[in-house]
Amino acid sequence: MADNILEIRHLRKSFGTHEVLRDIDFDVKKGDVISIIGASGSGKSTLLRCVNLLETPTSGDILYHGENVTGKSVNAAKYRSHVGMVFQSFNLFNNMTVLKNCMVGQMKVLGRSKAEAEQQAMRYLEKVGMAPYVNAKPRQLSGGQKQRVAIARALAMDPEVLLFDEPTSALDPEMVGEVLSVMQDLAHEGMTMLVVTHEMAFARDVSRRVVFMHEGVILEQGSPASLFGDPQCQQTKDFLSRFRNS
Amino acid sequence: MDKLAKLMQDIGILWEKYRMMYLNGMLNTLGLALAATAIGCIIGLLCGILNTIPCAKNDPLPKRILLKILRVIIRIYVEVFRGTPMMLQAVFIFYALPYFTDNALRFDNIWAASILIVSINTGAYMAESVRGGIISIDPGQTEGAKAIGMTHFQTMTSVILPQAIRNILPQIGNNYIINVKDTSVMFIIGFTEFFASHRYIVGINNKYFPSAVIEMAGYLAMTLIASGVLRLVEKLMDGSDSYELVQEDPLTMTAGTYSHPKRGSNFDERSKEYGGEREGR
Repeated sequence: MADNILEIRHLRKSFGTHEVLRDIDFDVKKGDVISIIGASGSGKSTLLRCVNLLETPTSGDILYHGENVTGKSVNAAKYRSHVGMVFQSFNLFNNMTVLKNCMVGQMKVLGRSKAEAEQQAMRYLEKVGMAPYVNAKPRQLSGGQKQRVAIARALAMDPEVLLFDEPTSALDPEMVGEVLSVMQDLAHEGMTMLVVTHEMAFARDVSRRVVFMHEGVILEQGSPASLFGDPQCQQTKDFLSRFRNS
Repeated sequence: MDKLAKLMQDIGILWEKYRMMYLNGMLNTLGLALAATAIGCIIGLLCGILNTIPCAKNDPLPKRILLKILRVIIRIYVEVFRGTPMMLQAVFIFYALPYFTDNALRFDNIWAASILIVSINTGAYMAESVRGGIISIDPGQTEGAKAIGMTHFQTMTSVILPQAIRNILPQIGNNYIINVKDTSVMFIIGFTEFFASHRYIVGINNKYFPSAVIEMAGYLAMTLIASGVLRLVEKLMDGSDSYELVQEDPLTMTAGTYSHPKRGSNFDERSKEYGGEREGR
């Protein structure tokens, strides 16, 4: 238990009378690469947004290194600085250059010096292949480029876990590859990642564990080989067969 | 024609004689409008930040009550100062102090009193403009900032307000221009701005119309210069559309870092596409 970074216990989330998440339980260990798959509307994104406290869970606990972060006296901002997030719609700061985007959080939140922040930002921008674009504004970049900058921005904060909320769903098909390859590199380097995705190839080849969600509950989870090779539930079989046929 | 000539002559006489008074009035008007708009903007921004502090259901009760009170106060401030004439507000504030203190306390400094009144008035309008500006920013920007651990204040000052201010710049310009004109009501508390100069001068020599022409031209000049400057500022804030690629190692050149030739030149692929289509027909 000691190496669990996140433990999610009996998590529930309702929007009005509509219950989106129903009793979710799972752990994230250091170095885990977990893909969360499932049909649209099954609660995958809501789960991820709850983990980052962008949505307030209706009930249940989220433990970060054994410490409950859903309580009232918790500093949500501080917790979020340890848990990076990459969004479907990139959410880069439109008023800043690529470099500033990757520096502002380090300087304001972590209190790093300008030189240190710049060095760190450049390191990760180089890693995602966006170093030549440091002076560009987000509006001048393509979708794939924006998403790579967003990944660098999250990495520059030295997070313990990175959450990806459908990082390639808003991209043109030819840009999906560049983002996935960056994510694959990260996985191989031992980054702890939680990825909501519709890219079955990524879930199968890169992740260590695959979680299948259906109507707000985790129906099935396991290694990619077992979940894709020998799904137990009928819903999982149906979902996967739709992807195979398309 | 001879009437026009007479008018020009009258204007010439007025200008010759009272030039310093007109210019001084313009200077005071500009100074008051500038100071009051700036302070009004700050009031508006503060109201905007305070108004948008997120308030969730599971926040502690004192925080929720405090936020509620804060919002009510801001709302009252906005509605009262937006909904009453500035001339009356001036009288109200300027004479309230001596009234309540039996003349022991009053505004000795007309400048300070005028700036206070016009700022408060502008702030009420700006609070709503800022609110509109903040609403206009994509919520994703806030989420992006929160996700890297920024607090509400940090999110506002480094991400949301810089974008919101750009969006409400035309509105700030509007307010400044309105202030240049509307500060003329400050004559009621004895502030000697541009319009007060006119009142004083025509009181001496009855040349109402020629003096009014000077006033018109003066106000128009002040507002036109202001709009020009504002458009320049907007351009500067938007920045240039071009950016330099920083190429440290030529071997790292990847697809997508190719810099496009100028639009319309012979090497521009975009124009070739259309050209090709036309040839094909």
